[in-house]
Amino acid sequence: MDSVNGAVWVLVLPFALAAVALLAAAANAALDGRTRGVSTTSGWVAPLQESARLLRQQRRTLPGADSLLWRIGGAGLVVAAVLKVLVVPFGGFTFADLSVGLVWFNAMDVLLWALWWLLGWGANSAWSLVGGYRFLAQALSYELPLMFALTAPAIGAGSLRLLDIQDAQSGLWFVVWMPVAFLVFAASVVAFSSWGPFQTATGRDAAGGVIGELSGVDRLVVLAGRYMILVAGAAFSVPLFFGGGSGPWLPAGVWVVIKTLAVVALLLTVRRLFPTLRPERLAEVALVLIMPLVLVQVAVAAVIVVVNGGAL
Amino acid sequence: MTLQLVLLIAAALFAIGLYGALSQQVLVMVMMGIEVMINGVLLAGGALWFFLAPTPDGQTLLVVILAAMTVEMAMGFAVATVIHRSRNSDMTDAATELHG
Amino acid sequence: MSVVLFWFFSIVAVASAAAVFIVNSMARASYALALSFIAVGAIIVQLELDYIGVITILMMVMEMAIMAVFMVMYMGMNPALMPMDMRHNKHRSAIIAVFVFVLLAAGALLIPWPERMGVPAANVTASLGESLMGSKMLVMLVISPVLFATIIASLVLANPRGRYDRRGDNLDRRGADGRSEPEDPIRGGLGR
Repeated sequence: MDSVNGAVWVLVLPFALAAVALLAAAANAALDGRTRGVSTTSGWVAPLQESARLLRQQRRTLPGADSLLWRIGGAGLVVAAVLKVLVVPFGGFTFADLSVGLVWFNAMDVLLWALWWLLGWGANSAWSLVGGYRFLAQALSYELPLMFALTAPAIGAGSLRLLDIQDAQSGLWFVVWMPVAFLVFAASVVAFSSWGPFQTATGRDAAGGVIGELSGVDRLVVLAGRYMILVAGAAFSVPLFFGGGSGPWLPAGVWVVIKTLAVVALLLTVRRLFPTLRPERLAEVALVLIMPLVLVQVAVAAVIVVVNGGAL
Repeated sequence: MTLQLVLLIAAALFAIGLYGALSQQVLVMVMMGIEVMINGVLLAGGALWFFLAPTPDGQTLLVVILAAMTVEMAMGFAVATVIHRSRNSDMTDAATELHG
Repeated sequence: MSVVLFWFFSIVAVASAAAVFIVNSMARASYALALSFIAVGAIIVQLELDYIGVITILMMVMEMAIMAVFMVMYMGMNPALMPMDMRHNKHRSAIIAVFVFVLLAAGALLIPWPERMGVPAANVTASLGESLMGSKMLVMLVISPVLFATIIASLVLANPRGRYDRRGDNLDRRGADGRSEPEDPIRGGLGR
C-alpha cells in the first residue's frame, strides 16, 4: 500500500470500520445470549436482525426536538470514529500522517463529549437530557486520566507522531512498561463509547438515556457509531501500546487488524466482570485514585527514557 | 492567504465578540462574547507568527492566549455560579456589589 | 486548494461567531461558538501551527460542552420553547463594534508590515516545547501558578459546601454512625 492507493482506501475505511464494529456487536450479542441460555447462533445474528428491523422502522420525533443538533450528534459519532482511525498507522502506511496524531485522537474523543450531549439535548426529552448530563459528568472523570495516559507513549517515543511511536516499540512493546497507562486508556475507550460498565448515559434506569428517544435509522446510526468508536479506540491502542504492525510472517496491516480484534475481544470479555459504575462515584475513584497512579506511570516512563536514553 | 486577509478575519471575529460582550444581558452569554474576542486574538497571533516571525519563541504567546481563555472560562463559571446562588439570577444587571 | 480551504474556514468561523448572538437556542449558541473555534483551529493548522491548532479545537469543544450545561442550568427556562431577546444596548454596542472593526481593519491594511524574519522550525511542536522548557521558561513559570490559583479561586467561589459546612465550626463534626467523615449527600466512590 502506498499513498497513491490512499484515496481508494479512505473510501473503504468507513465500511471496514463498520464491518469490524458489526463483528464486535455480534460477538457481544453472542456472549450476552450465552449467559441468558439462548443459542449462540441466534446471538451472532442478533445485530443483523436488529439492523434490519431498525431500517424498516419509521423515524419518530418528539415535538420541539432540535432535529439539526440531534442528527449532528448521531452522525457525528460515526464521523468521529472514522476520523480517529485516519491517523492509525497500518505498518508504514497511514491515511493521515499528522505530526500531532496523538493530540488529534484526543481532540476527537473530546468531540464525543459534544456529540453525546447533543444527542441527549436534541431529543427534547427529559430522560435523554439526563443521559447527556450523565455522559458529561463521566467524561469529566475519565478525560484527565486519559490525557495523562496518552502522554506516556508520547514520552516513550519522544514524539506525537504515531509512526514514530509505533517504531519506538521495535525493542519492547509499551504495554509492558506502561501497563497502567494502557489500562486507563482501555477503560477510557469503553467510557467514551458509553458502553459496558460506563453506560449510564444510555442506562436502562434512565429509560435508555440518550438513545431512549431514537428510532429507525437514527437509532441504527447511533448504535453502530458506538461500536465503531469502541473499535476505533481499540485500533488506536495498537500503535500506542502493542507495537503497531510488528509481527512475523503476515503483512503489517494485517497484524494491526488482528491486534485490534484481540483488544476488542479483551474488552468484550472483561466488560462482564464489572458492574455499571455511576458517574458521581467514578469522579472520586478517577481523580483521587487513578490520577496519582497515572502520574506515577508517566514519571516512571520519563525516568526510564532519561536513564536509558530512549525507549526500552 | 495573506497576512492582511487573516488579520481582517481576526478583526471581524474580535468585533463580533465585542458586540456580544457589550450587548448581552446574561453572564454566560457575555463570556461567550469574550471567548469570540479571544478567538480573534488567537487567530491574529497565529497569523503574525506565521507571516512575520516564525521563530520557536513566538508560539509561546499563543500558549499564553490559550491559558488566558482557560482562566476566563473557569472564573466566569465560578462567578456565574455565585451570582446565581445568591440572586437566583444570572443577569449582569444584578451584579451591583461594587456599584458606588 | 489551501486558498479554498482558507476561505471556507474563514467564512465558517465568522458566520458561526455571528450566529452565536443571533440564534435563540442556548445549545445552538454554544455549539455555534464551538464550530467557530474549530474553524479557527483549522486555519491555525494551515498556518503550520499543528499543535496549537489541534489543541485549540480540543480545548474549545470541551469548554463549549461544559458551557452549554451552564447556559441551560442558569437560564432557568427553555428558550427553545420561549424565544427571547437577551440583549440590551443593542445600538450603542453595534456602533462600538463597527468602529472597532474599522479601526482594526485599517490597522491591518495600512500598517507597513515588515518582511518575514526566518522560517518555521522543521518540527514546530518540538521547538515550542523546547522554548517553553528553555529560553521561555518564565512563561511556563507564570502560567502554571496562575492556572493553579484559578482552580483554587473558582473552587472557593463555586463550592456550595466547604469543610466548615461539612464538619462544623470547630471541624469536629462526625457522621451519624460515628464514621470519621460527616455524611455527604452524595458519597464518593471510594467509601471514605
